[in-house]
Amino acid sequence: MKKEKPIIELNDVKKIYRMGEVDVPALNGVSLKIKQGEFIAIMGPSGSGKSTLMNMVGCLDVPTEGKIFLDGKDISKMSESGLAQIRGKKIGFVFQKFNLLSTLTALENVTMPMMFQNVDENVRRKKGVELLNLVGLEKRSSHKPSELSGGQQQRVAIARSLANDPEVILADEPTGNLDTKTGRDIMVMLKKLHNDGKTIIMVTHDPDVGKHAKRIVLIKDGMVVSNHKE
Amino acid sequence: MISDYFSYAFKNLKHRKVRTWLTMIGIVIGIAAVVSIISLGQGLENMIIGQFEDMGADKITIMPGSSIFSAGMATIPLNQKDYDVIKRTRGIVNVAGMIYSSIRVEYKEESEYTFVIGMPLDPGSKRIFDSMQNFKLDYGRDLKDGDGNVIVVGSSVAKDDKIFERGVVLGSKITINGVDFKVIGVLETLGNEQDDRSVYINIERARDIFDNKDEFDVLFAQAKQGFDVSEVAEDLEKALRKSRDLKEGEEDFNVQTTEQLQESFGTIFSIVQWFLIGVASISIVVGGIGIMNTMYTSVLERTYDIGIMKAIGARNNDILTLFVIEAGTLGAVGGIIGVIVGGGFAKIIEIAAKNVLSVDLLKAHLSVELLVGAVLFSFIVGMASGALPAKQAASMKPVDALRYE
Ligand SMILES: Nc1ncnc2c1ncn2[C@@H]1O[C@H](COP(=O)(O)OP(=O)(O)O)[C@@H](O)[C@H]1O
Ligand SMILES: [Mg+2]
Repeated sequence: MKKEKPIIELNDVKKIYRMGEVDVPALNGVSLKIKQGEFIAIMGPSGSGKSTLMNMVGCLDVPTEGKIFLDGKDISKMSESGLAQIRGKKIGFVFQKFNLLSTLTALENVTMPMMFQNVDENVRRKKGVELLNLVGLEKRSSHKPSELSGGQQQRVAIARSLANDPEVILADEPTGNLDTKTGRDIMVMLKKLHNDGKTIIMVTHDPDVGKHAKRIVLIKDGMVVSNHKE
Repeated sequence: MISDYFSYAFKNLKHRKVRTWLTMIGIVIGIAAVVSIISLGQGLENMIIGQFEDMGADKITIMPGSSIFSAGMATIPLNQKDYDVIKRTRGIVNVAGMIYSSIRVEYKEESEYTFVIGMPLDPGSKRIFDSMQNFKLDYGRDLKDGDGNVIVVGSSVAKDDKIFERGVVLGSKITINGVDFKVIGVLETLGNEQDDRSVYINIERARDIFDNKDEFDVLFAQAKQGFDVSEVAEDLEKALRKSRDLKEGEEDFNVQTTEQLQESFGTIFSIVQWFLIGVASISIVVGGIGIMNTMYTSVLERTYDIGIMKAIGARNNDILTLFVIEAGTLGAVGGIIGVIVGGGFAKIIEIAAKNVLSVDLLKAHLSVELLVGAVLFSFIVGMASGALPAKQAASMKPVDALRYE
């Protein structure tokens, strides 16, 4: 197998939250390489630092120490507007709580990331409809989130994460708020994206969900304790 | 992409309807007040300027009191001696004086207060009056030199239910202080309620009734053609000062050319108007603070949404623009409603002035500049009020915003 250049590389990343007088270490030196097209599950007990790690990779936060490279670019010291650009273009987020904007319709939620990239209105619409088609919600495009089931909302969120054709999809407990059957549908969808060539990093503490991934990274107390392929 | 921000703003404002309406009240009231004050003020000014223009530029008005603002206060009256001084001044072709008094007037069984005006009827004086007051006879005949107990009435006096239950008719009898007058003429409507409600008699008759031997309430002088009216007015003022033995600056009378009168009224007008606008502005400021308060609440409530938008690629500037435009929209919608309410109110006043007070010449001046300017201004007030809350929203860190419950 050819050694590819990693799309994401973490180098001894530390994150310490300051809570008043006390320091709360969330990550204690994590090093990790993720190649293009991989499907990784990050697992570990609650409070072990999984979400913190995801937020660093997703450019929602910067590390206290260490370096993070995305596509070979060091993002650990970037300005907020630079990070916002990367989030908008290269990363798609899927959250546990779906995180749709409640005043907007499904279609408007899906097209919003394109609005922040100044994509033309007509192009946005067309792409939005396509993506809702992809997740099987073309008939629900004018529904508000409150008029959709949890599974449908998460499918809208997946459609939204694909709006700007990102290279990486980050999913933090994507099935955490769903029943088993609906959760399985979502996993089928993520697997399909993986087969289409997207790099997928998923956080979960559910082994049944984790086994869909091609590699599992186990985290405990802010450190990687195991890192193996299925 | 600015239209996207507006459409997002509208959605959020619609989502919180009650709060949106309540927030806009201050701006609506303030803008409505400003629009009606400015449009009516402009209309009133146009009306008065129009009346001055009818007077003609060659007229000089001499009134008792140190300025036209002291009208109605106790003053030393002008008398026949002043009249003669004015008449002798270089550049004056003619002088006319009149007296007036608000007095009880009886017609049939009724008796009402109205202005009785004593007019000089010699042809020279009469000409000055006719040109200045724009008097036109509607029917009957006008007063003429040598007339005795005859009277000409303003149009309202001849109408039913205006002053008297049944309007005065030609040939009937009006009694003033026990003296009977025969109605010989009715004037055309002048559009100025006070003039239309007045009755006009020979000044000699009025002197007997008012018990006034040789005083005048106002004198009008006409400058000769080819003379500079303001120079003539200065000479006239000097001559009066000398005859009344007063130093400069201590005048107990005032001399105004038509142009100066116009300016004086213009000055009072803008002072009153700016004062009223100042009062109305307080409401706009309060409205702005209301918007600021609502936007702070909104930012706090939507912290999580801000986190989501940042996660999907919104830069700080996008969030800032979003909230500033939402606040601006709040102001502009309030402004549009305010313009409609204020414009409507001004029109109602215009119609009421016409129907209730018979003032035909007052036209609310609702210019496009005023209406567009008012909406634009409220948009800017809204944006300015939203600036600080929007800055707070923009500077939130994405992780913190997403952790907010
Ligand atoms: N913004 C924050 N401020 C303070 N402490 C935090 C913050 N985010 C996470 N933590 C702490 O860091 C640790 C790791 O949290 P997290 O990454 O959310 O864990 P996981 O997602 O694995 O449950 C926890 O102890 C948590 O309380
Ligand atoms: Mg977590």
